[in-house]
Amino acid sequence: MGHAHSVNPNKPLEYQTEKNQMNILGFWIFLGAEIALFGTLFVAYFVLTGRIADGPGPKELFAIKDVLIETFILLTSSFTCGLAIHEMRRGNKKGLMTWLLFTLMLGLGFLYFEVMEFIHYVHEGASIQTSAYWSSFFTLLGTHGAHVALGVGWMTFILIQLARRGLNATTARKAFIISLYWHFLDVVWIFIFTGVYLTGMVM
Amino acid sequence: MAWDEFFVTGDPLIFGAQISIVLTIIGIVFVLTKYQKWTWLWKEWLTTVDHKKLGVMYIISAVLMLFRGGVDALLMRVQLTMPNAEFLDSTHYQEIFTTHGTIMIIFMAMPFLIGIMNIVVPLQIGARDVAFPFLNAVSFWTFFMGAMLFNISFVIGGSPSAGWTSYVPLAGDELSAGIGQNYYLLGLQISGIGTLLTGINFLVTILKMRAPGMTLMRMPMFTWSTAITCILIIFAFPVLTVALAMMTFDRLFGAHFFTLMDGGMPMLWANLFWIWGHPEVYIVIIPAFGIFSEVISTFSRKNLFGYKAMVYSMVVIAFLSFIVWVHHFFTMGAEASVNSFFSITTMAISIPTGVKIFNWLFTMYKGRIKINTAMLWALAFIPNFVIGGVTGVMLSMAAADYQYHNTYFLVSHFHYVLISGTVFACFAGLYYWYPKVFGHKLNEKLGKISFWLFVVGFNVCFFPMYFLGFAGMPRRVHTYTEESGWFDLNVVASIGALLMALGFMVFVYSIYYSIRYAERLTTGDPWDGRTLEWSTPSPVPYYNFAKVPEVHGLDPYWEMKKQGEAEFDVNQVELEPIHMPDNSAVPFIMSILFFIAGFGLVFEWMWMGIIGGIGVLITMIVRSFDPDEGYHVEVDEIKEIERKARRKEA
Repeated sequence: MGHAHSVNPNKPLEYQTEKNQMNILGFWIFLGAEIALFGTLFVAYFVLTGRIADGPGPKELFAIKDVLIETFILLTSSFTCGLAIHEMRRGNKKGLMTWLLFTLMLGLGFLYFEVMEFIHYVHEGASIQTSAYWSSFFTLLGTHGAHVALGVGWMTFILIQLARRGLNATTARKAFIISLYWHFLDVVWIFIFTGVYLTGMVM
Repeated sequence: MAWDEFFVTGDPLIFGAQISIVLTIIGIVFVLTKYQKWTWLWKEWLTTVDHKKLGVMYIISAVLMLFRGGVDALLMRVQLTMPNAEFLDSTHYQEIFTTHGTIMIIFMAMPFLIGIMNIVVPLQIGARDVAFPFLNAVSFWTFFMGAMLFNISFVIGGSPSAGWTSYVPLAGDELSAGIGQNYYLLGLQISGIGTLLTGINFLVTILKMRAPGMTLMRMPMFTWSTAITCILIIFAFPVLTVALAMMTFDRLFGAHFFTLMDGGMPMLWANLFWIWGHPEVYIVIIPAFGIFSEVISTFSRKNLFGYKAMVYSMVVIAFLSFIVWVHHFFTMGAEASVNSFFSITTMAISIPTGVKIFNWLFTMYKGRIKINTAMLWALAFIPNFVIGGVTGVMLSMAAADYQYHNTYFLVSHFHYVLISGTVFACFAGLYYWYPKVFGHKLNEKLGKISFWLFVVGFNVCFFPMYFLGFAGMPRRVHTYTEESGWFDLNVVASIGALLMALGFMVFVYSIYYSIRYAERLTTGDPWDGRTLEWSTPSPVPYYNFAKVPEVHGLDPYWEMKKQGEAEFDVNQVELEPIHMPDNSAVPFIMSILFFIAGFGLVFEWMWMGIIGGIGVLITMIVRSFDPDEGYHVEVDEIKEIERKARRKEA
């Protein structure tokens, strides 16, 4: 194993050190575990679909307009996150930070609409205690939302570190890893949009 | 909440335990203060990120848990020895079999094996530490705090009593109204974080940190078994995380995942539990296979027979372990085609397992076998494990399973696979690698005495249970009548349990005895070993390898010795400064905060859960801002340490 202190021009900044390569691989593997986690939540959701007891069903309640706004915001945030990494690869710290800030704001916007949507459901008489269906709905969506919230906090601290320490191999790796995380949450959302909302409206 | 609801009261056994816990804590504090060891404890152990020290702490915790789980087992045997005994009432008996099962699987078997992985894997692949040393410390401490949270249940608040499988509705908040079940949920959840992190950490370590020349197909078998176990952990543990969270929501927030009312589905729990649970039993058996492969190869003084077949068979077993879970509840009433599918996949596992058994036998064939304690455990494993495996195939036949289900036949089966597989491997591994860590062997004579007591006791204890099962004795009953005809075999089983307990006591004594009296080793290679860990001095310097070795084939150290290249002279090799990670207090503090959050949730004191949770987040932020640059060990210092460690004149 060579000591990778010298800069390799063929590799992006975040892959320059061995430690960084291991961190990034480790994070990919962690995302594998996350797939298992969300996979289980989806399975439980599908198994419990239709078990609404005396409570309302999804068709009556789903606020599809809110959901579309959330989807639009989150997909855009994935795009801005991609732009951030693009700027990072060009060595442009200001561009990276600006687009990360956009991503962060969009993440907050998503959370605002999701919380509003949940409040709406609860007012209409569908909470985690209503039925097995709504338990699994709120757990699946809540887990995703909690991930987004965590991502927003995490991104804030990475922005602070970028501002203080500048763009170097370590901060580049951190920014890259949160971008992986952010795109992953977007992919999960696409499954939620299709599997939960579209299916729920149609079935 | 009044204090007598907070503490468990009214049982002399538990009162005794409470007093002994207090006395033990006072004793520990007294000794640490008297010998001024607090700084030492903090600097050398509580904040360490060294994989060897973490491994040692894992194993010490696991041995303590083996003691706790063993005491539970003995209490059950005392109760079952006589018909209509009144030593334990049914509630207390249920609590004990629940904690026995949970502790033995989650807090004994796994950490023992993970401890051995911690010590051995980086050394076997020629690495200086694991990929993420900080995360490794988080793994250990979350496991430890999760285990402590689960363990205090019997003195504070009451133990869980719904079995280690915690089937609903029994484990729901109507039928398990106390807080005991919450301990199960939170204790497992917190220690599960550590297990998942270990899985990721060791997989990256094995993929990225192997010495130059060590291709995947040149890795030692124990390293292979660890890699495969990691993959099982990574895909199985998130399922447990979700299932535990769902039951927690059911119990704490009134959700309806597994309830009988409002659309809940109790069998969903059984499915999710075993989708994790079956890979879990392979998480504790595959590393055991790895340990036996190393031990048998070393003491037969031959390379492992059928190396590739050994690797592929583990891969196949790991894959199949994800598609057999329904065999745990054939009697649930799924249609015949479903049961048939899971019957066949279950039986299929016996094929790769059979391959492994024959490979171990062929490894020994025509080898110059050296019998010592480690090898004895490995030798005893083969026939005992075969008994466990064959009865497993009997259970795998869905139609026949209706007869065996929930009887002592099953109890005997899984003890035969888990004890002769996992526990024997823990002992074999401990005897085999102990000298590497501590620089002296464990006493062979005491080792053999404890081996014979334990193995004979094990068979005396569990073999009769097969027949108890045939005779219809159901598991998890706290007593039986005299007319049942189960009396005499239960007496035999209890005698066996006593022998096992004696074996354990001799084992613990042998550690004490060896620390005091064993001859100190002058070599790092007491067994004439084959893999890289034996090329380091014992005890191993904290940076492991002064110079990372190059690997040209299987069993690299054996080849080096044959070529006459094994002698490591620190003056002749060119050394470079070694980069090492800094110690950190964050993992320990973070895990205490996890404990506080978990304790709060157990008692449904939300304020406490929130405080703990915020604390955990703060420690994560602290970690994120930590530059974590580590430090360098300079060449002169390495030379000095190597000279001392290899006991060469200065």
